[in-house]
Amino acid sequence: MTTTIYIPRDASAISRGADQVAHAIADEAARRNADVKIVRNGSYGMFWLEPLVEVVCAAGRIAYGPVTPKDVKGLFDAGFLTGATHRLHQGIAARIPYLEKQERLTFERVGVIDPLSIDDYRAHGGGRGLARALEIGPAATTEEVVKSGLRGRGGAAFPTGIKWRTAAATVAPQKFIVCNADEGDSGTFSDRMLMEGDPLTLIEGMAIAGVAVGATQGYIYVRSEYPHAEATLNAAIEVARAAGYVGTHLLGTNAVFELEVRRGAGAYICGEETSLLESLEGKRGVVRAKPPLPAIAGLFGKPTIINNVISLASVPIILDRGAQYYSDYGMGQSKGTLAFQLAGNVKHPGLVEKAFGLTLREILYDFGGGSASGRPIRAVQVGGPLGAYIPASQFDLPLDYEAFIAKGAMVGHGGIVVFDDTVDMAQMARYALEFCAVESCGKCTPCRIGSVRGVEIMDGILAGKSDRDERVTLLRSLCDTMLNGSLCALGGMTPYPVLSALEHFPQDFEKPQTQAA
Amino acid sequence: MDEAAAATIDSAIAASKHRPGPLLPILHSIQDALGYIPAEAVPVIGQALNLTRAQVHGVVSFYPHFRRSPPGRHVVQICQAESCQAMGSTALTAHARKALGVDLHGTTADGAITLEPVYCLGNCACSPAVMVDGNDLRGHVDNAAFDAIVDACRSTR
Repeated sequence: MTTTIYIPRDASAISRGADQVAHAIADEAARRNADVKIVRNGSYGMFWLEPLVEVVCAAGRIAYGPVTPKDVKGLFDAGFLTGATHRLHQGIAARIPYLEKQERLTFERVGVIDPLSIDDYRAHGGGRGLARALEIGPAATTEEVVKSGLRGRGGAAFPTGIKWRTAAATVAPQKFIVCNADEGDSGTFSDRMLMEGDPLTLIEGMAIAGVAVGATQGYIYVRSEYPHAEATLNAAIEVARAAGYVGTHLLGTNAVFELEVRRGAGAYICGEETSLLESLEGKRGVVRAKPPLPAIAGLFGKPTIINNVISLASVPIILDRGAQYYSDYGMGQSKGTLAFQLAGNVKHPGLVEKAFGLTLREILYDFGGGSASGRPIRAVQVGGPLGAYIPASQFDLPLDYEAFIAKGAMVGHGGIVVFDDTVDMAQMARYALEFCAVESCGKCTPCRIGSVRGVEIMDGILAGKSDRDERVTLLRSLCDTMLNGSLCALGGMTPYPVLSALEHFPQDFEKPQTQAA
Repeated sequence: MDEAAAATIDSAIAASKHRPGPLLPILHSIQDALGYIPAEAVPVIGQALNLTRAQVHGVVSFYPHFRRSPPGRHVVQICQAESCQAMGSTALTAHARKALGVDLHGTTADGAITLEPVYCLGNCACSPAVMVDGNDLRGHVDNAAFDAIVDACRSTR
């Protein structure tokens, strides 16, 4: 009898040796004449256990991890092909508390299936969302997304359905669906995991968007730092084409949706939607002034839906199970689930999909297990490099868009980066400004010049110049200008990490004043 | 520029010229093949796409991914973003600069390695992260693991 073994093809798992483990298992199985079939799945997102190898046994999918090539012989000796106990034995993967406690909607298939198997995809509920959209028609499809309360998961949290309504109502001979897969925020990897672990969901979501607004061409703009995701997407599009999710006769109807992957080129700013559109058009990724909204005049001047990977990948389940099912999760105006990403100095880093409303403390300690270093957690940055630093005193804040905004912070794309008590928050404030200076597109002055001046101000503070108080006053004034005067979120939100560091960790800005001003 | 490089540029242009927004795909295709965008490619691309040299140059120079000179035989990128900083990438970068005797963006004297910063590889759960040659991703890279990467790079073409 053939034993099926799952070994992730996720880039992070590969970075920890998953390919070498797969080779070692195949070699050892051949040596022992063991009849095994290796399936390369996505990752469940429990990265401290990667490479996490699962063996399909009578009891279920028994997990072992983290496995190195050196462990493989011992695993065979112990009888892991029948789920035997071993030092690395983790039990049934789905029963590991980290995973069992989650509410996986968008990520329900990630880690479970072979990402490029249409049979696996369908067996686990894939494809039903597009079928329903084609059945109920464009207007009802758009209204279903509106009713679900889904908001843009890229960070801005704009209601997805409203964007769709605008594009649907705009009359044009050609419209576009663009997927923003330029996931540049540090501490975020949910887009990457989804594209590598269940790309067909994203493709189905984009096809549904095309049906809803009358767009026949889609583009996925994926960053050049994600070669594994790009390769998986390209392979998945061919799988989707053969299955009728992409092409000229969607699921046998007359609906048309073509799809192409385009590679970015290392510019963080291209995660900003108008800059991304410029880049797709073959130009410098310089931000456009809005209006016009992309939904009215976007790519090549045509009505364009531009949504984040997770937003689009959440659409199939909304269509399949209904808006109500999705909006029953979450709190207040934050409906559904968010795939939080736990990274940095944390014991159990990974992906945690939960309904909005759990607290930072729950995610950091119940899921994360505290810091990796064992030292106290001093600060976390939520929402990427433009997100605020949050001190331990605010860890009971619920993860909810509005609750965060009320504290001068943002949930953003759901990335949470953990720092222990060795962090120098003045250095982190300087880094935020330096990042802005490096990544500014240069169109507006507050961002282009302000970031450079900000680094200079911080350098003086860090060097212990005697005019510290004047510098802090100037820094606050500069942040005010950037916040209110920048064209987009890069310049407009770089003050968040700077000001939050200053507010919550002022002692870090009080260096011994040893130099003249 | 030799004939082979000129042919590479011509075929990159021919393959993508008729696609909407062809410039980035053309530049990627050239850099994937040659390792950088030769200055001589700029007017050729401009001519083919009806763009000025300034427009093409403007795009090449805007994007950090595109290089205007040949890199070393291998490119090693160390992530500088917050998650990796929280796990020691600043010290790792200092070690790398010292071990290789180059600054960021520099190439070692033997031409083996170009050291570059990168802002997030999406491997934040395995910080600090390093990318080798644009597709070989590593996680939890400490000084010893970095030295092993360097040794492997130096011993291969």
